[in-house]
Amino acid sequence: MRRGITATALVAALALAATACGGDDKSDGTSKSSGELSGTVTWWDTSTAGSEDKVFKKIAEDFEKKHPKVDVKYVNVPFGEAQNKFKNAAQSGSGAPDVIRSEVAWTPEFADLGYLAPLDGTPALQKADDFLKQAAASTKYNGKTYAVPQVIDSMGIFYNKKIFKEAGVEVPTTVDELKTVSKKIKDKTGKTGMYLRGDDAYWFLSFLYGEGGDLVDASTKSVTVDNAAGVKAMKVVKDLVDSGAAKTDATDGWENMQSSFKDGKVAMMINGPWAVADTYAGKEFKDKANLGVAPVPAGSVAQGAPQGGHNLAVYAGSKNLDASYAFVDYMTSAETQAQVTKELNLLPTRTSAYTKEEVVDNEIVGFFKPVVETAVERPWIPETGSLFAPLVTEYTKVLTGQTTPEKGAKATGDSYRKLLKGWK
Amino acid sequence: MAVHTSQSVAKAADDDVVRGRSRGTGNPPPPSRLRRALSTHWYAWTMVAPVVVVIGVIIGYPLVRGVYLSLTDANERNVARSIGVNHMPATYKFVGLDNYADALTGNQFLGTLGWTLVWTVSCVSITFVLGMALANILNRRIAGRSVYRMALILPWAIPGFVSVFAWRFLYNGDRGLLNKILSGAGIDGVPWLNDPTWAKFAVIAVNVWLGVPFMMVALLGGLQSIPSEQYEAAEMDGATAWQRFRHITLPGLRPVSTTVILLSTIWTFNMFPVIFLLTRGGPGEATQILVTQAYKFSFEISPRDFAQSSTWGVLILVLLMLFAAVYRRVLRTQGDNW
Repeated sequence: MRRGITATALVAALALAATACGGDDKSDGTSKSSGELSGTVTWWDTSTAGSEDKVFKKIAEDFEKKHPKVDVKYVNVPFGEAQNKFKNAAQSGSGAPDVIRSEVAWTPEFADLGYLAPLDGTPALQKADDFLKQAAASTKYNGKTYAVPQVIDSMGIFYNKKIFKEAGVEVPTTVDELKTVSKKIKDKTGKTGMYLRGDDAYWFLSFLYGEGGDLVDASTKSVTVDNAAGVKAMKVVKDLVDSGAAKTDATDGWENMQSSFKDGKVAMMINGPWAVADTYAGKEFKDKANLGVAPVPAGSVAQGAPQGGHNLAVYAGSKNLDASYAFVDYMTSAETQAQVTKELNLLPTRTSAYTKEEVVDNEIVGFFKPVVETAVERPWIPETGSLFAPLVTEYTKVLTGQTTPEKGAKATGDSYRKLLKGWK
Repeated sequence: MAVHTSQSVAKAADDDVVRGRSRGTGNPPPPSRLRRALSTHWYAWTMVAPVVVVIGVIIGYPLVRGVYLSLTDANERNVARSIGVNHMPATYKFVGLDNYADALTGNQFLGTLGWTLVWTVSCVSITFVLGMALANILNRRIAGRSVYRMALILPWAIPGFVSVFAWRFLYNGDRGLLNKILSGAGIDGVPWLNDPTWAKFAVIAVNVWLGVPFMMVALLGGLQSIPSEQYEAAEMDGATAWQRFRHITLPGLRPVSTTVILLSTIWTFNMFPVIFLLTRGGPGEATQILVTQAYKFSFEISPRDFAQSSTWGVLILVLLMLFAAVYRRVLRTQGDNW
């Protein structure tokens, strides 16, 4: 009896230790380098949940038709969390996906940290010169290619044509016009003119570019966010909110923006192609023709929107590299891209995809393609993915009146200089 | 039963050893204290061992490692990692107390500490006062007492993150119920989570809502242990309700309330989920408390600053230990045997 207790305790202790050390070994990562692909490919997608994710899930799982022995596991990770979640998983080595949809600014950072597998010469990267130059730029780091461009995007003003007609206004082309248009909309219809996201600094970029500013200047290794243009841009967004031309939200920005625009409570928002599918689901846009898209308003110096997009990257620690390479190639092929464009109005990254009928006929693509071509490119350095965290804190502080535009810009610049050692 | 068995085991084992030795050497030296303790209590040690190991692994190791990291400049870029074919050795170095000097001289730590103290003091005091009031109400015989008790314990029964998310929906500036009610009454919506001052108010309100049941239940237990004779005697002497409360209830609750205040202070000081899920420390950094800021250093900014994060963690630990020590000493000088 006593022995029994000791033995039980020992077994229990051992079992505990075993579970603690076990982690999750993926034993199913078996694929031969020659012959048929097999095993599991886990893909972390970051597309908008509720609209885009369904389409991507279906397309991803269609890969199994081509390779019946491969099991594609589709996981939708909210965009806002994906960068951190991937870093956690990639560093600890457990629970990381095989393929990640990596935002353009994250890609050099992940590559720099050693989390991504180089793709040159692998089946993942086919016909590399077919990709748009801007789209391919963010996939390269230190002379190697670490990702394959999946979609490219930029931003524009989305507007509700019905409200515009009711108020009798035209689409604003400058920030000053934006203010008068907003005021007219408010007077005529009682609705708010524009929704400006206050919890994500990406929505601040077009105003920064409009004043001739930029986050950093990589060619001269200098921080530019706190120069006169940066301060002016902070003043511009603060004035939009303070004057009532735009409303903002510091915590639930995305949901509130989408729902107020979809329900016709605001007339305009700045957004990109990724929001189109979700917007069409709103009651104001049952008639798709009601959605208008126009270039972002120009500031006092220039007009510009950020160039963004997403790449597909393969985790360096993937147990199933071969199937992952094939999956990335499939997801970025001209055929798949055309299908994505048809269903979600997202912009392809392959030149050849633009000749396909689905893409040629697409109105949203027709609008955004020239926008993308002139969009402002960010420097693709590992720190680009780190520039938003300090900026969004100060941006929100400025919008909610906790700091002045001058101090906000300066604080952002200070943290950039801490981040970018040796920059001016 | 169990006690009896283990004693007999110890005795038997002891006998065994003694007998064995006397047979071997003839004139044995007296067994050392440790040996004796081991041979007497081996069973107890074996039973305790797994717990000691588990605690050592899940508390001891992270603690030591955290303290060590706080003395280095470790971040995401220079720690060792091994991903597939990429192997990167650790390149961070020892920097002594630099991190502590930076934290204690910069205004970020002190600013965050200031709000953390405001947050802790206001949450604990409001929760305590409300809990005390409710406990006193529920200690009387009122109709439907058990229903009220159930309803008031409800916030406690719901998982914290669920109720915090529910509150977040209520607070939503555009679509939240609170603002809908206000606009129904013709009042402008309140920017609950979008204005720094309102956000502070909002997080405190949620934490109070979550914390009251614990206070109430603990104090109710304390109230019921106060002998009713004391109240009767006081009434006979003509004491007013306030006097009875002041001179019987409060002293009677002392042992309970000192404990719950200590616990509640430690919990509130480190109340991560409420702040993180409600505002993520925002707008800006208005509601960031020490733990959420330490989390931000380690998981939200990039490159992740492990060194600074552990520095803040160690400082939090030191602060809470100081608080507990001072609190105990104060209580002891007031005559509590703690």
